[in-house]
Amino acid sequence: MTASSITNPPDLRARPSWRATKNTILMTAMGGAVVLVAIPLIAVLWSVVSRGIVMTFAQFPAFFTEAIPVVSRRPGPGMGPAILGTLLVTGGATVIAVPLGILGAVYLHEYGQSGTFARLVRFMSTVMTGVPSVVMGLFVYLTWTLAFGYSAFGGALALACLMLPVVIGSTEQMLKLVPPQLREAAYALGTTKSRTILTVVLPAALPGIVSGSLLAIARAAGETAPLLFAVGAATAYNPHLFSEANTALSVQIFGNANSSFPAAQERAWAAALTLVLLTFIVTLVARTFTARLALKR
Amino acid sequence: MQLSELRGHKQYADRAFSVLAVAAAGVVLLVLGMIAITMTRRAWPAFGTEFFSSTRWSAAEGIFGALPFIWGTLYTAAIAIVIAVPISLGVALFVTQVAPPWLKTPMVYLMDLLAVVPSVVFGLWGVLVLANHFGLGRSFLTAGIILAVMIVPIITSLSREVIETTPASEKEAALALGATRWEMINASVLPHSKGGLVGAVMLGLGRAMGETIAAALVIGSAIGQITMNPFAPGNSMPAVIANEWGEADQPHKAALIALAVTLFVITIGVNLLATSIVQRSMKRSRGA
Repeated sequence: MTASSITNPPDLRARPSWRATKNTILMTAMGGAVVLVAIPLIAVLWSVVSRGIVMTFAQFPAFFTEAIPVVSRRPGPGMGPAILGTLLVTGGATVIAVPLGILGAVYLHEYGQSGTFARLVRFMSTVMTGVPSVVMGLFVYLTWTLAFGYSAFGGALALACLMLPVVIGSTEQMLKLVPPQLREAAYALGTTKSRTILTVVLPAALPGIVSGSLLAIARAAGETAPLLFAVGAATAYNPHLFSEANTALSVQIFGNANSSFPAAQERAWAAALTLVLLTFIVTLVARTFTARLALKR
Repeated sequence: MQLSELRGHKQYADRAFSVLAVAAAGVVLLVLGMIAITMTRRAWPAFGTEFFSSTRWSAAEGIFGALPFIWGTLYTAAIAIVIAVPISLGVALFVTQVAPPWLKTPMVYLMDLLAVVPSVVFGLWGVLVLANHFGLGRSFLTAGIILAVMIVPIITSLSREVIETTPASEKEAALALGATRWEMINASVLPHSKGGLVGAVMLGLGRAMGETIAAALVIGSAIGQITMNPFAPGNSMPAVIANEWGEADQPHKAALIALAVTLFVITIGVNLLATSIVQRSMKRSRGA
């Protein structure tokens, strides 16, 4: 380095180099991507709220309790049977898929670990998350509905198939976070493996398991395609889980969105608002569990 | 003696629990196997030569050519991928490499909410707002846009997982050499996570091809369209199944199940490939 370059220091206020400009452009593009993602979410929520709120809350609680108009062009509220149907179908799916999924994850992480069968199940479970929901619906139609007829339970079976791999995946992630020292301490006290899992490992991972399962439930509550095949169509209340055709919020939205009657479309928006509120509340509750877990760590 | 009896009893319960756990895990394999077997058996009569060669689909004449629907599925999924991949990668890189830590939690919430909006609500918005109100019409493009919105969360969250496996030392090395933040991403983050990112995109592709209700509402339900024109109405395999099932009777039903089997095979194939790519790349980066 010559003396002159020391006596004449580079101008630090010079125009930014192409490298710096390129960096700025790409950083801005990444920030722009975030904005782009937020736009459809906000637009959809805006439409749902602005077009659905009048019908949903105008004659409160008529929309939540009254039966669905049989003639779809008739104006007026009523989604009670669909709300009950969604709760029945999703509740049934939860009762089937969550215990099975947790047990499956317990096998994968506590018993099978990296054995051949566990690796196969883990791999196929990931693949199963990608099975299209129509396929699940047709599968349940062929194996259940053809023999036993339309019912909320058929829908619950289909949703349970969709939820199962999700619950397995999230539960196994949570079991990985339980420190091995906890298990070793329990073994050192002479506890059997099953007791250790039930009284030490699962309670330690519980908030995370609950959170993962709630996310899966929220996702399942909005599913439509499988219900078209297994649940049938009804406009009156049907509190029976195992018999007679039922309906659900998502199925009603699908049917009314295809309709050209303004009254039916209005009911579709109101049902969409109800469904979105339901799924968002479950999701936010799930995230609170995660936040509490993070706090504890 | 009593002690040994007690131990025997405990061991019995312990064994029972482990058997229960194995059985629960086995349900995954059982369901996948049953899907493949029952559906293929029902659909078998519909798989003639014309199923994969004819472009005509007419229930009245009993002709079922699936080509236009296979085309529609691939074309809309391709549009969705072209839109969703740059956005998802941008968001994933922004969250992991650029954003200040306090911004991460709201971003996770945003993605969660986007992922949990039911597909039928996206469909409703697509058909009544995007197609009717903004005049986009029901078309391949409208379907592609809606599908893109729906697969952004999954691609983003998988990409984030992959990107976060980049060792800090590699990033710090780039920065210490005077690289700008983008140069650091380009030189260490992207090469490191290339395999995993390909897998993440493919999983998104699988989702886009299988998405049913939103596509059924906005794609336009045109029969027999094989065209590159994105503004034309078309149809896709899941949309046909959902829209026609209600009015179908026997040979028609078998043809629809055959469509479902075709869809199942394609999506499972894409998923198998994607999952093995992701798992391999995750294992390699953990081993390194």
